[in-house]
Amino acid sequence: MSTLIEVNHLTRQFSGHYAVNDVSFSLNKGEVLGFLGPNGAGKSTTMKMICGNLTPTAGEIKIGGYDIIDQPKLAKAELGFLPETLPLYPDLTVDEFLIYCAKLHGLRKNAIKKALELSKGKCGLMGMGLRLISHLSKGYQQRVGIAQAILHNPAVIILDEPTVGLDPIQMLQIRQLILELGQQHSVILSTHILPEVQQSCNRVQIIHHGKLVLNESIEGLSKKMSSSSLIARFRQQPNESILAELPHIDSLEKIEDVKAYLYRLHHKQGSDIAETVAQLAVNEGWGLMELYPEKHDMEHIFLSITKELTT
Amino acid sequence: MDSFVIAGREFRSLFLSPLAWTILGVSQLILAYMFLTQIDYYLGIQAKLIGVVGAPGITDLIVAPLFGNAAVILLLITPLLTMRVISDERRNKTLSLLLSAPIHIRDIVLGKFLAIYAFLLILLITITLMPLSLLTLSELDIGKLAACFLAMSLLMAAFSALGLYMSAISSQPTVAAVSSFGALLLLWIIDWANSAGNSLLSYLSIMRHFENLLRGLISSTDIIYFILFTGGFLILSIRRLDNDRLQK
Repeated sequence: MSTLIEVNHLTRQFSGHYAVNDVSFSLNKGEVLGFLGPNGAGKSTTMKMICGNLTPTAGEIKIGGYDIIDQPKLAKAELGFLPETLPLYPDLTVDEFLIYCAKLHGLRKNAIKKALELSKGKCGLMGMGLRLISHLSKGYQQRVGIAQAILHNPAVIILDEPTVGLDPIQMLQIRQLILELGQQHSVILSTHILPEVQQSCNRVQIIHHGKLVLNESIEGLSKKMSSSSLIARFRQQPNESILAELPHIDSLEKIEDVKAYLYRLHHKQGSDIAETVAQLAVNEGWGLMELYPEKHDMEHIFLSITKELTT
Repeated sequence: MDSFVIAGREFRSLFLSPLAWTILGVSQLILAYMFLTQIDYYLGIQAKLIGVVGAPGITDLIVAPLFGNAAVILLLITPLLTMRVISDERRNKTLSLLLSAPIHIRDIVLGKFLAIYAFLLILLITITLMPLSLLTLSELDIGKLAACFLAMSLLMAAFSALGLYMSAISSQPTVAAVSSFGALLLLWIIDWANSAGNSLLSYLSIMRHFENLLRGLISSTDIIYFILFTGGFLILSIRRLDNDRLQK
């Protein structure tokens, strides 16, 4: 596997304030990296720096082995970038715009036609070529933006919030497209939408206050997300002391304001106590109504990580 | 090469808006009227000139004033043409498309400049057609006409370079237009301060150099002035765009 993006100790200051502070990561071919973070965390700043729109205060960025500062032409040739605000010229048609972008990337005449068909097909823009960009809906404009980013078949594709303003069907299509792109390219995807990351990325990074606070593969994250608590509801009042003395139980919590006799049983990670609880409930005649492991979703992890750091 | 791609799009975009057509039409109309009054004036004094030895000819009395007037009109319209070129891209965030493409900033600025310049050259050609039409009726001093053409093309380059720079430093097109108009006008009249001939002020004045060329006096000082002027503002624009990435 070859490393396509290498970011080392990247720092960016805006008038004394650190927007990005000592961020390092790398991305291999065929990886899709989800870039998460609250507003103003430094996601867009990092992406702009990777794409050469902003010069870092310190640190280095290498794309396909080329330094973005020293060899910008070679490095940028490997890049496809969709900024947060769509860089579209409203007075051009879709075809005119895409041809212009292809020319900017130095594509030859016969290659342009092919690239145009390919990226339009991938982004669902077939038959839209003669429409004026200003007449397109937000969703279609977003597609033109993505088409522009993948047009020249770059090794690295950077998408800053690509699914903003899309309807659920289009979102699904874009996610599918990202998965597809991830097979041949490296993709960095910034987003607020957490399920999107779970679906289409194989690595997650969370940036907060300019610092990288999490860099984890999706598998590693799912492990973190795996349950360490069990929800159990009984028809009758169980004997709490017997429950609390079960092996592997960490702590017991009674949640009674919603439903009666609802318990959250925290257990040690990696151990499974569901069977024991069920057995016990049957033996004691508590009337087991519900028993399921509680899943931590991405939102939980995201919130806990960002909260921990703020307080 | 890359700059031609940008110039091509910019040039076509110019004609997508009614602004370019309006500018061409209005300036043509006004200059045609001025051309006619100049001819009228010439016809009025023609009889008196016959007896004078070394009297100014038709080229001096009609062509040179026409180009002089065109320069003043240019002073008004160039800011309108250049105001959008960079500030609009910055406002609409389309600049990042250019910045993340594998092109040099130099090519971006040069491309924009070439587009504006090409448009102004079209204007110049249509203006030059007016005096050329006199060839059907009389003789023209082609050398002097060529000098006027050269003067105008140098002036246009200088004006568009300055306008481009103003567009690069301002975030709003109107601000760019006002400041480039102000700067051009000031440089045009800067030697009014002392007619005694302060050499620095008169060297700075655009009008001084332009009028020398218009009179058919092609000196390298004037040509170098325009080349330095154009080149200087283009380099400043490149620097300014480069600084965008360094913003504090």
